[in-house]
Amino acid sequence: MSATDTPRSFQEIILRLMTYWGSRGCAVLQPYDMEVGAGTFHPATTLRSLGNKPWAAAYVQPSRRPTDGRYGENPNRLQHYYQYQVLIKPSPPDLQELYLGSLNAIGIDTSLHDIRFVEDDWESPTLGAWGLGWEVWCDGMEVSQFTYFQQVGGHDCKPVSGELTYGLERLAMYVLGIDHVMDMPFNDPKSPIPLKYGDIFRQTEEEYSRHNFDGATTEMLLRHFEDAEAECERLLAFDPQDPNSGKRIIMAHPAYDQCIKASHLFNLLDARGVISVTERQAYIGRVRALAKKCADAFVQTEAGASVETAA
Amino acid sequence: MSDLLIELFSEEIPARMQAAARENLKKLVTDGLVEAGLTYESARAFSTPRRLVLTVQGLTPESKPVREERKGPRTDAPQAALDGFLRSTGLTLDQLEKRADKKAEVYFAVIEKPGRKAAEIIAEVLERTIRTFPWPKSMRWGSGSLRWVRPLHSILCLLGDEGGAEVVPMSVDGIVAGNTTGGHRFMAPARFAVSSFDDYTAKLRRAFVMLDSAEREAHIWNDAQNQAFARGLELVPDAGLLTEVAGLVEWPVVLMGAIGAEFLHLPPEVLQTSMREHQKFFSVRNPKSGRIEGFVTVANRETADNGATILKGNLKVLSARLSDARFFWENDLRVAKAGMGDWAEGLKAVTFHNKLGSQADRIARIAALAREIAPLVGADPDQAARAAGLAKLDLRSAMVGEFPELQGTMGRYYALEAGEPETIANAARDHYSPLGPSDAVPSEPVSVAVALADKIDTLTGFWAIDEKPTGSKDPFALRRAALGVIRLVLGNGVRWRIADIRMVHLLQQKLTENGPFKFSNEVMADLLSFFHDRLKVFLRDQGIRHDVIDACLAMPGNDDLTLLVKRAEALQAFLGSDDGTNLLQGFKRANNILTQAEQKDGVEYSFGADPKFAETDEERALFAALDAGEAAIAPAMVQEDFAAAMAAMAKLRAPIDAFFTAVQINTDNAIVRRNRLNLLHRIRALVAQVADFTKVEG
Repeated sequence: MSATDTPRSFQEIILRLMTYWGSRGCAVLQPYDMEVGAGTFHPATTLRSLGNKPWAAAYVQPSRRPTDGRYGENPNRLQHYYQYQVLIKPSPPDLQELYLGSLNAIGIDTSLHDIRFVEDDWESPTLGAWGLGWEVWCDGMEVSQFTYFQQVGGHDCKPVSGELTYGLERLAMYVLGIDHVMDMPFNDPKSPIPLKYGDIFRQTEEEYSRHNFDGATTEMLLRHFEDAEAECERLLAFDPQDPNSGKRIIMAHPAYDQCIKASHLFNLLDARGVISVTERQAYIGRVRALAKKCADAFVQTEAGASVETAA
Repeated sequence: MSDLLIELFSEEIPARMQAAARENLKKLVTDGLVEAGLTYESARAFSTPRRLVLTVQGLTPESKPVREERKGPRTDAPQAALDGFLRSTGLTLDQLEKRADKKAEVYFAVIEKPGRKAAEIIAEVLERTIRTFPWPKSMRWGSGSLRWVRPLHSILCLLGDEGGAEVVPMSVDGIVAGNTTGGHRFMAPARFAVSSFDDYTAKLRRAFVMLDSAEREAHIWNDAQNQAFARGLELVPDAGLLTEVAGLVEWPVVLMGAIGAEFLHLPPEVLQTSMREHQKFFSVRNPKSGRIEGFVTVANRETADNGATILKGNLKVLSARLSDARFFWENDLRVAKAGMGDWAEGLKAVTFHNKLGSQADRIARIAALAREIAPLVGADPDQAARAAGLAKLDLRSAMVGEFPELQGTMGRYYALEAGEPETIANAARDHYSPLGPSDAVPSEPVSVAVALADKIDTLTGFWAIDEKPTGSKDPFALRRAALGVIRLVLGNGVRWRIADIRMVHLLQQKLTENGPFKFSNEVMADLLSFFHDRLKVFLRDQGIRHDVIDACLAMPGNDDLTLLVKRAEALQAFLGSDDGTNLLQGFKRANNILTQAEQKDGVEYSFGADPKFAETDEERALFAALDAGEAAIAPAMVQEDFAAAMAAMAKLRAPIDAFFTAVQINTDNAIVRRNRLNLLHRIRALVAQVADFTKVEG
C-alpha cells in the first residue's frame, strides 16, 4: 500500500469514500430523508440486513443526537453530524482488507500509522439488534466501528452482513489535522468561496441546541410519539392484499418510517429531560417493539424474504 | 514419536479472551487425543490477536488396539436376554464365544478395536474442538453457519517427526487445513509454508510476529521501564493493562511521551484512569514529585519515522481526552468550593432503587445510622453524620459521571476543596471499603462509622424489599456488603450487636419514610442468619472449625461479632490442647448420663448437689474443683476473658476423670444417685457458660 496524497477538505474525504466503495461494487445511495440517530437506522441497513438477498450499499447519513448539542462550542461534539455507512451482505472474507483500503484512499498511510482492531460489541436496544466486531483505532483514536450483524429486529441475520460506520467529522479532523470541528474546511480552502464547517453549521448547532434542550414542546413530542407508534401498528395491520392494485403489498417501509420517527421523538424527549430513568427503559422497549414488528413485516416481502436457493 | 502443530488463524480475537482460549484449546485437544488412545509428552498453547496455537510434543503415532471381553447371559437364557446382549455389543450370534462359567455355559463377546492412526484422531478431535469451542461470545459470518469468536480464516495442522511433516487432512465448513500461515497484518502480510514448530516460530519472528504473549509482556515491560529510567522517571505497574496490551499486538513497539504541562495539576488518579480506560496507556511518574508526567503507549508496528507519526497522533487524542477531564475537574471544583450543594440537590432526582427511594433518601438514612454507630467506634457523632452526608455527593460530579471507578477518590478531593477536614474527606474515599476479601479495612473512626452505616443500610434495605441473594445471583453485592460489615467490625474490634433494638427501630423508621416496608422481627432474624452464614465462611477461611463456630453461635450475644469470634478463637485453642480434648470427653460422658437419667426419670436434676452426701474422696475433690471453677469462670465471663475461663475449665479435667474412674453414678442408694446426677448437672451448667459443647464434634 503506497502513501496517498492528503485530501484538503471534509467534502473531499466524503467524495473519496464514495468513489472507493463505489468502485468496490457498492451501490452508492443517498441519505435517508428522515431524522435518524445513526446511519444504521437507514432502511438500507436495518431492513436490508434481513433476509438472504445479497446487498451492498454505501451512503452518507446525517445523524442527530439531540443530547450531544453543545451550542457549537465543543471541538468534537455536535447534535447533528455525518456518518459514512457501508453494508455488505453476505460479509465478504476480505472485508477487513477492503476497509483498510478505504483508509488509504482518504490519505491515511497505513505504513506510518498504527491501526488496531479493538474489541467492541455493538448493540442497539431500540432496534433489537446486536453484532460482534471492533472499534478501529488509528494511533489511539477510534475512527470506525466494524460490526458483523448477528441479529436485527429480533431476527437472526442469515447470511451475516458486515457493517462499517465512519464518524466523518472526527475522521476528517484527524486526516486534515484540525483541532476544532468548526475550523475544518468543508470545501477546498483554495475555492473562490472557501467555506468552513462552522460557516455552515455553527449557527444551526446553536439553534438546535436551544431547541433540543429548551424549545421543543414536550406535550407535542409525547403526542407525536403516541401517534407514530399507533400509525406504525395500524399500517402493519392492513391485509397484505391491496384491493386497488390487486397486488400483495405489505407496508413495511412506511411503517418503519413511523418507527424511526418514534425513535427520534424519544431522543428529543430525552434531551428535554422529561424522561425518568425508569420510564427510559419503557420507551426504549416500545420503540424496539415497533422495530421488531417492522422487521417481521419486511421478511414477509420480496426484498426481505429468505428464498431457498439450490445448493 | 510425532509432533503436532495447530494454528487457528482469525480476525482479531478480543484481548481479554485470549488467556482462557489458550487453556481451552490445550485442554480440549489433548483430552480428546488421550481419550482416543494416544499419549503425549508435553503441550503448550500460544495466542496473538490473530491466532491461537497449540504444539504437542511426543505424540504416539497411533492408538493401541483395544480388546474388550464382555460376559453375556447363560446359553440357556431366554431369547430376549440374548437379543439385548447382541444389541448392546453390536455383534451377531455366531461372533459370540461359549465358555464354561462356574455351573453353566455362558456367552462371551470379544470386541477388538484396532489401533487408529494419529492423523485420523487429530482430524476428528480438532474438528470437534473448533465446533464446540467455549468462547464467551461467538458469531457467524458471511453465509456460513460455523461459529468462532471472529471470522476464522485458516487452519494449519501439521503432524511430523524427524523425517518431515504432513498436513493432517481435515476441514471445517470449507476451511481446509494446510501448512501455511500469514505474518504481521501490515509489516509482512504474505502467507508462507512451515514445516515444524521451530520453523513456524522462526519464520513468524521474521514476519514480525512474537508468538508468546509472555515474551510480548516482558518485552513491553522492559522496554517501557528502560525508556522511563533513561528520563529519570518510573513506570506505574499495571499487570492487568500489560496483559491486555500484549493481547492487542503481534509486534510490540513501545513509545513514550510527555503529558502537556496544562494537565499536570490534575489529580494523578484522574490522569491514570483517563489514560488507561480510554487509550490503554501506562502512566509514567516522576519519583521526585510523585506526579504523573508521562505515558507509554504500545504500537503494533515499526515505521520508517520510528513511530513519530503514531506518537503525534496519540498525543493529540490524549490532549482531547485530558481537555475533557480538565473541563470536568474545573467545573466540579466550582461546585465543590461552593459546598457541593448542587450535587446534594441533584441526587434527590437520582433513583437508587425504585422501592428504596432516591440517592438523597439513601444518604439521609446512612447519615442517621452513622450518627448512631459513631459512639461504638469512637467517632464523633456529628462528624460521622456530616461525613456520611457528603461521602456520596461526588456521584453527581462530572468526573465520576465519566469515570465511575473514581467515586470516593474524587469525593475526597472535592470535600477538601469544600473546606472539610481530612477526617471527613477521607470518609468519602474510604467508606466503600473493604470491597473484596483482600481489600484493606478502614481504621479512622469516622470512616469506619460511615462505611458500616453504608453497608448496613444496603443490607437492611434490600432485606426489607425482599431482594436477597439467591444461588449465584447477587446483583446488589449483598454478600460483599455483609463480609464488609464483618471485616469492619472485627478489624476494628467494634462492640456492637447487629440486632440492637434501637438500631432496628431507627432503620424501620427511616425506611418507612420511603415506602411501606415491613421490617419485622422475622426479617431481622433472617438477616442475622445471613450474617452468620457469611461469618462462618469468613471464619472457615481463617481456619476455625465449623463445629466450634456452631458451639459459639448457640450462645447468647451471637449478634456481637467481635465477642463471637473471641469466643471461637479461645475455644478452638482450648480444644487443640490435651486438657481440652479430655474435658470434652468428660463433659460428653456427664451430659449423656445426665440426659439419659433425666429422660428416664422425667425430671431435671438441677436441684443442687450437696457435698455431705459425697461418699468418696474423688467425689469430694470434684465438688471442690467445681466450686473453684465456678468462682474463676463467672468473673472471667463477665470480663469476656475466654482464655481465663478455658484455663479454669482445664483444671476440671483431672477431677472429672478421677470421678468417673472411681464413682458409679447409678447406685442403689437413691439419695446418693440423685446427688451425683445433680453434681453432673453442675458440670454441664458450668461448661455451658463458656460455649455449647454439645455442638462440638469428637
